Amino acid sequence: MTSSPHAPQSVAYVRTEDAPILPPPANTTGLYGWARRNFLDSMTDFSDVGSSVRSVLMILLTAFLLWFGISQIWGLIKFVFIDGIWSNPTGARREACLTQAQGGLLPNDQTVGACWPYVAANAKLFIYGRYPMAELWRPNLVFLLLALGLVWTLWSRMPYRKIGAALMLVVFPMVAFVLLTGADLSAPKAFWYVWPLATAILLGLGWAGGKGMGGEAVKAFSGAFWGLGLFFAYILVFALAATMNWGLNSVTTRDWGGLLVTLVVALTGITASLPLGILLALGRRSTLPAVKILSVAFIEFWRGVPLITVLFMSSVMLPLFLPPGTSFNDLLRALIGVTLFASAYMAEVVRGGLQAIPKGQTEGAQSLGLSFWETTRLIVLPQALTLVIPGIVNTFIGLFKDTTLVSIIGMFDLLGQVSSTFADSSWATPVTRPTGYLVVAAIFFVFCFLMSRYSMSMEKKLRRGHAR
Amino acid sequence: MTASAETPSSGSSRSSGSLLYDPKVRSIFFQVALILAVLLFFGWIVLNTMANLRARNISSGFDFLGNTPGFQTVTTLGTYLMDVSGRAITYLDVLKVGLINTLLVAVLGIVTATILGFVIGVFRLSNNAVLYGFSTVYVELLRNTPLLLQIFFWYFAALRAPWVPDARGKVSFFWDNFHFNITGLYGPYPLPQTGFGATLWALVIGLILTFVMRWWAKKRQDATGKQFPIFWGAVGLILGLPLLVFLLTGAPLRWEAANFVQEGPVLRRGFQKGEGMLIIPELIALWLALSLYTAAFIAEIVRAGILAVNKGQTEAAHALGISQSKNLRLVVIPQALRVIIPPLTSQYLNITKNSSLAVAIAYPDFFSQVQISLNQTGRAIELIVIAMLVYLTFSLITSAIMNYVNSRMKLVER
Repeated sequence: MTSSPHAPQSVAYVRTEDAPILPPPANTTGLYGWARRNFLDSMTDFSDVGSSVRSVLMILLTAFLLWFGISQIWGLIKFVFIDGIWSNPTGARREACLTQAQGGLLPNDQTVGACWPYVAANAKLFIYGRYPMAELWRPNLVFLLLALGLVWTLWSRMPYRKIGAALMLVVFPMVAFVLLTGADLSAPKAFWYVWPLATAILLGLGWAGGKGMGGEAVKAFSGAFWGLGLFFAYILVFALAATMNWGLNSVTTRDWGGLLVTLVVALTGITASLPLGILLALGRRSTLPAVKILSVAFIEFWRGVPLITVLFMSSVMLPLFLPPGTSFNDLLRALIGVTLFASAYMAEVVRGGLQAIPKGQTEGAQSLGLSFWETTRLIVLPQALTLVIPGIVNTFIGLFKDTTLVSIIGMFDLLGQVSSTFADSSWATPVTRPTGYLVVAAIFFVFCFLMSRYSMSMEKKLRRGHAR
Repeated sequence: MTASAETPSSGSSRSSGSLLYDPKVRSIFFQVALILAVLLFFGWIVLNTMANLRARNISSGFDFLGNTPGFQTVTTLGTYLMDVSGRAITYLDVLKVGLINTLLVAVLGIVTATILGFVIGVFRLSNNAVLYGFSTVYVELLRNTPLLLQIFFWYFAALRAPWVPDARGKVSFFWDNFHFNITGLYGPYPLPQTGFGATLWALVIGLILTFVMRWWAKKRQDATGKQFPIFWGAVGLILGLPLLVFLLTGAPLRWEAANFVQEGPVLRRGFQKGEGMLIIPELIALWLALSLYTAAFIAEIVRAGILAVNKGQTEAAHALGISQSKNLRLVVIPQALRVIIPPLTSQYLNITKNSSLAVAIAYPDFFSQVQISLNQTGRAIELIVIAMLVYLTFSLITSAIMNYVNSRMKLVER
């Protein structure tokens, strides 16, 4: 090659056009590529003895699991749809799901699957228990309000979600209580004198302290006065709502049952355990030894015992703890037990979030002159709670499933109510029990699965927020 | 707390107001108030309880533990170990039997749930679509339905399915050694003969020697770099040594087979009581439900633990020429275990606590025994306190052990 120093620099070879785009290797695309990625990679290595053994084992395992899984799913589909009894033209009861040999109406050669007439006949019982037929609009309205409120507060695209959350936490429990029970409570006369007075004094002191009136003592504790005052005020409003005559027939909680009880127990446990859990978690991280020790003892005690012992305690021992002559509602006993138990678990979840907040946040807030409660309320808790939303939802899922335990202490939640129909001889067939369990499993699965998916989507969102 | 910076300088100049803002004074005030409130609350409860007990004429105290209960406990490991057949039993015996049964189902459940959970957890990470799909469906289905429902399913639906033979029939397997019908699973019952003690001693010695061997092997590897096949050594010492002694002493163990009577009076047919080993269906259902349910949670823990190990660790191990199996054993698993162990502990605790759901199907575990005793004696407070304390002790012991293990495995940092 000849080149003069003045000629433009030349290169041996310059490509002037793009190389043609080659298709990806044949074994990475299409059906074969998909199969290779998802199956064959793990079972086609026969290069040496060890790999061959591994591949053969993998083939056997895959084949077995494929057969096992498909046969189970097919069995379920067959039981539910193909062999399931869907029609009951004669309006028969157990006979609709029994063969003629068993004393029923079906031909002898038919395999009997799920007994849907049984579910249809008992659907009202499964959902509302023995709630009076004429009053069913009340639980229905509560369910509707609940669904609307949940969509409002949980769906990130809804406007004014904070207002929705406040309504759900403060107003909804009162509305649900009034609608479901018919507000048949009565309070002793003394309550109406003492309680409003106490509320007014506490709120007044809190207000005065905030304005700098009433001397140092009032000012120093104005936050505590505010907190207690608001709590008292809420109880007062609740008491007013619960004793007012709304023109509703009262329905005792003994007539509640099924999904209604399950939802009441779970939702009460959830809403009550969250604030309690936050307080306990703060207490556990407190620098005051007495507060810390009491919180730790409370948390570890309730976490160390099974829920069933807690429920037995609340059903057998709680009445003994109260002044003689006080009657105590069965449902309320279970609710107290569930709430105490759940709040201990909630406390540990919240503590995880509190620990994840760097100390600089607290120190920064303190250097700005914020008090402990201001720091906690405005700086620490908002960050900590968003961090542990998945954990909180998981606790909710656990609590929701654990509500089935109230059936052991004789309450009729969904599982208890469905189990109670197995003793009903008019629906006694070999398939009644499996059908009932299937319905319960499906309902629980839908609720829990939705909750866990929601927590997963939140997790994804949160992770995106943190990865900058 | 916020005022701590200004207190030293201004504390002396202020009068009564300064005390209110002194964090020390405030903290003492709050704590005293809290303790007083708690004490008052408990005092109120105790007074009410005493008044209630008096009003209802309920006697209290733990003296009932020495009384003879009016019910019998179904034969289980607990009744066998406590040997309650010969003498008059007391409520204390009843509770001890329950305790053993609880431990039995908890240990069984922990072992199977751990194995199954690790397998399913590894499946969840497989790139084989069948394994992944199967494990995902398994985890979602079992995690999202209540445990009590699963116990009911196994006990009332699966173990009493139409194909299960009734008390006068059986299905046999393992060369006619094991039988199954609606009354449970029957198998041969081991009867140790004289000289069997030597085998047990060999097992103990084997265990001790294993620890010695591990210590020696580690010392030798530290000094020379030579590795010793610890696993096979342990197998030889723990399994091989007792087996050798067992055979040398002339196999002093007789198996008593279950006795199945097919003829004679109808009511006498079926398996004879007290012959062979019987695993009651309540135990099978509880064991199945507990281990399958908990395995789903353990699988997710294992998956998260393995995912938490940085991919660079595996790549570095490959770059160093460490083989795939050794990489898993020496690099990935030790690091994954650090993430896995704390939540695994709480799952083990959950199994122990959830075993109290036995009360729903009347497996005679600790809490069922407490509940029956409660119905018989009416000593609600005493019995529930005993139950809570026992479960609390389980919890505290388990977490103490696991904390120790955890601190041993913790990353050693500078």
